[in-house]
Amino acid sequence: MDKTYTLKILRGTPGNQFWEEFDCERHPQANVISSLMEIQKNPVNNKGVVTTPVVWEQGCLEEVCGSCSMLVNGKPRQACTALIEPYIKETGSTTITLAPFTKYPLIRDLCVDRTKMFDALKKVKGWISVDGTEDTGQFGPSISPEVQEAMYVLSTCMTCGCCAESCPQVNPKSEFMGPAAMSQVRYFNSNPTGKLEKSDRLRVAMGDDGIAGCGNAQNCVKVCPKNIPLTESLALIGREASKQAIKDFLGLPDEGK
Amino acid sequence: MDKKKKEVIVVGGGLAGLSCAMKLAEKGCHVKLISVTKVRRSHSVCAQGGINIAINLKGEDDSPIIHAYDTIKGGDFLANQPPILEMCLAGPAILRMMDRIGCPFNRTGEGHVDFRRFGGTLYHRTAFCGASTGQQLLYALDEQVRRYEVKGLVEKFENHEFLRLILDSEGKACGIVMHDLFNLKLQVLKADAVVIATGGLGLIYKKSTNSTFCTGAANGRLYMQGMKYANGEFIQIHPTCIPGNDKMRLISESVRGEGGRVWVPGDSSKTIVFPDGTTKPCGKTGEPWYFLEEMYPAFGNLVPRDIGAREVLRVCELGMGVDGKLQVYLDVTGLPPETQHKLESVLDIYQKFTGDDPRKKPMKICPGVHYTMGGAWVDWPSADDPDRLTRFRQMTNLKGCFNIGESDYQFHGANRLGANSLLSCIFSGLVAGVEVPRYIDTLSSACENESECKAALHLEEQIQKELLSKDGPENVHKLHDELSDWMVRFVSVKRDNPDLEKAIEKIKEIRKRYENIGMTDRGTTLNQTYVFAHQFKAMLEIALVIAKGALLRNEFRGAHFKPDFPQRDDENWLKATIATFDPKQDEPIISYEPIDMRHLDPINRDYTKAKRVKPTLKNIPEHIELPL
Repeated sequence: MDKTYTLKILRGTPGNQFWEEFDCERHPQANVISSLMEIQKNPVNNKGVVTTPVVWEQGCLEEVCGSCSMLVNGKPRQACTALIEPYIKETGSTTITLAPFTKYPLIRDLCVDRTKMFDALKKVKGWISVDGTEDTGQFGPSISPEVQEAMYVLSTCMTCGCCAESCPQVNPKSEFMGPAAMSQVRYFNSNPTGKLEKSDRLRVAMGDDGIAGCGNAQNCVKVCPKNIPLTESLALIGREASKQAIKDFLGLPDEGK
Repeated sequence: MDKKKKEVIVVGGGLAGLSCAMKLAEKGCHVKLISVTKVRRSHSVCAQGGINIAINLKGEDDSPIIHAYDTIKGGDFLANQPPILEMCLAGPAILRMMDRIGCPFNRTGEGHVDFRRFGGTLYHRTAFCGASTGQQLLYALDEQVRRYEVKGLVEKFENHEFLRLILDSEGKACGIVMHDLFNLKLQVLKADAVVIATGGLGLIYKKSTNSTFCTGAANGRLYMQGMKYANGEFIQIHPTCIPGNDKMRLISESVRGEGGRVWVPGDSSKTIVFPDGTTKPCGKTGEPWYFLEEMYPAFGNLVPRDIGAREVLRVCELGMGVDGKLQVYLDVTGLPPETQHKLESVLDIYQKFTGDDPRKKPMKICPGVHYTMGGAWVDWPSADDPDRLTRFRQMTNLKGCFNIGESDYQFHGANRLGANSLLSCIFSGLVAGVEVPRYIDTLSSACENESECKAALHLEEQIQKELLSKDGPENVHKLHDELSDWMVRFVSVKRDNPDLEKAIEKIKEIRKRYENIGMTDRGTTLNQTYVFAHQFKAMLEIALVIAKGALLRNEFRGAHFKPDFPQRDDENWLKATIATFDPKQDEPIISYEPIDMRHLDPINRDYTKAKRVKPTLKNIPEHIELPL
C-alpha cells in the first residue's frame, strides 16, 4: 500500500484558477478536512514549492452545519464526511480531486459565496408568522407524530447547496432558486400555522425563479447529504402551484384565510 | 434618551445571539448582527439531545423548582442561584414559544411535545427533535430573525469578525471594530449597546466536540480590554465522543437516555474502588461489565457528565479500555428498532465516520472536551433585590457590553447538566433582549465617541499591518497543535499541580514563540491563516486563565478534578474564580467572589443512591417577571 496519496485541488480566485497537488500521508480515519488541516501546517506542494495554505469553509465537521460543501472527485458533498480510504478503495486511484462549487460566486480556492440560497429563504417567506414571542400560555397547534416526522426530515436542510450544484437547471441563463428553497415552501406549508400563508408562498413558487425552473433531472435527491425527499417536494409544489394559479385565475379566496 | 431608534450590536448568531436579536427587533430596536459564518451554521446546530423544560407531561410530579434544584446541585453549588431559578421558571414559556415559531419537536400520540430522560435527573424532562434538537431550535430562531431582516429591523454582517470593543469617553460601550473575512477590510460599527454571544472555546483544546468557529477569541479580546472572566477552569468533558484526528465527534447523551449502555469486557482479576468506598472486582471475566450501572445504581448510565467521564478514565487507567485504548463501548444493539430510529442521526454520524454500524456493533467512544461552563462575568440582580432596576442582568463589568449564552459564566456552575445549555442560551438571549433596551433608556444623551472610534480603528490597522508582515520561523497552526496537546493532557479531565505549573510555563513559552510566527499567506483575500493568527493571541490568554484557575483551586468540584485534593472544600473554595488581565503582568490576576446561595444550602452531590426527592427552595421572590 502506498503511504501517501495526492490531493489535487482547484485553487485561486475568479479568473485566475489553477490546479495544485499536495502529497498527504494516509491515516485510517483521515478525511478531506483533516488532510487540508495538515497542508495548513506545512503548505508545500508536491513539487516541493512553498505555497499558501489552501482556503476552505468549515464548521461542525459532523455534517450538520452545511459549511464544508465542495466537489470531491467532481461530486458535490460535505468534505468532513469524505473519508480518504474508501475513495482510494472505490476508485483504485490515490489521487482525489477537490474543487469549489460552480454555481455560486467564487471567493478563493474551495470557498464560494452561497448568499443567494439565504436570499431565496427570504423570498419564499421561510418562517412562521407568529404574533410575537410574548407567552400567552398557549402551545402551537397539536401535530401528529407522523406529520412531525415528515416535517422534521424537511427541516434538516442545512442550506449546503449540494442540490443546486448538481442541478442542470441552476445555471447562468436561469433564475431558478433551486430545489432547497422549493422544499422549504413545502416545509412551511405543512406547518399548521404556516399553512395560513400557503398561497403567498405558492405564488412565489409560481414566479420565474420558482418551480417552473425544475427540469426533473432528479440529480438533487441523489446528492442531498440529509436524504431529503427533494424530488417529492418539487413534484408536490409543482402541483400545488398549478392549483393556486387556477384559483387565482378564478378569483377564489386563499386557503386558510 | 431621545426617541431615535435604539441601535444594538449582537456579536454571534447561535441560539443566544438569535433569540436576543429576535427579542430586540420585537422591541423595536435596530440590530446589527455580526457573525463569522452564516448564522444558520453556528455551533448550536451541533446540540443533539434536547432542551430541559419541566412541564411534568409524564405525571412524575416534576416542576421548574425541581429542575432548578437539579441544576444547582448538578453544578456543584458553584453557580449563583437566582438566575438558575428564573431560567427554570421560564422554561415552559420558552418551550411554548419555540413550538409556536415552528420548531418540529417530537410528538406524543395525542400530538403534544414529547419528552425523554437525560443525565443528572430522574425525570423525563427533555424535549427533543430527533437527535438534532439544537439544529432545529436554531433554524426556528434563524427564521424569525430573517423575518425581521426583511422588515429592516435586523441587518446582518455575516462573514465578519468582532475584533475590539469601543468605549466612549465615559467608558460605555459604543461600538466595535470588525473585519470582513473575505477581504480583511476593517470597519467601525456604532451602537448604543453591544451584546456578545460568541459561544465556547473548544478550539483551545482543538480536539473537542466544538465547531471550528469556537475559538473563544472574542471573549479573549474583551478580557484583554478589561472584561472580567469567571470560572475559567471549569471545562466540561463529555463522556461519549468518537475519537478523531480533526475533532471529537459527539455521541449524544440521548443515546443513554434512550437506553444505551456503557461497558467494557469484565476482568474479575482486577479490582476498583466503588463510589461508596468498597473495593469490588471489575465485573466477571468473559462478560460485559456495565460499570456505571454497578457503581451508580440509581442513575446508572445517566450519571452527570463529569462523573461519567471520570469513571471512563478510571476504568481505562486499569488497562480495561477497549483495544487497550482510552475508549469504552456504548451499546445500542439491544434496543428495539423504533428506539434506534429516534437516534438515527447520531447513529448515522457514527457509521459515516467509522464505517461500523452501531445497530450491529457496539460503538467505541471516549471522553472529549465539550462545553465551557466559565466565561464572561455578568451581573444578575435578583427579582427582589432593592437595586434590581439600577443594575442590568447579563451586563459585564464593561458598561453597555452584555454577554450571553455559552460565552457567559452564569448558569452551569462547576458542571452543566445535559440539555440545559439550549435552555440557558435561549433564556439569557431573551433576558438581554429585555435588559438592553432598558439600559439604553437610562442613557442621557449620545456621548462623544468620534476620537475613540478613530483610535480603535487605527490600533487595529496597526495590528493588521504588523501581523501580516510577520516573517519568523514558527507556524501558528503547529503552535496551536502544541497548545492543544498540553491542554488536553494536563488541563482537562484530571488535573494535578506540578502538571498545571508546567502547562502554564508551556503556554507562556508558546506565547513568546508566537511573536516569531511567519505568515504563510500575506494576501487580503480570504486569508484564513491571518485570521487564525489574530485569534490565537487571544486564545493563549484564555488558556492561561483556565490553567491558572485550575492550579489555584485546590479541591475537587464538578468538572474540576484533582486527585490530590479529592473532596469538595466548601469552607475554602465555595467561591467563583475571577480573572482579570493586566498587561504589565505575565499571568492573569485571580481573585474570588462569593456565590449567591439564597435558595439552597450546599448538600453533598451523591448519585449512587439518590431517590426522587421533593426538594424545596427558599426565599423565592414573590414577583418574578419572565423575559417573555
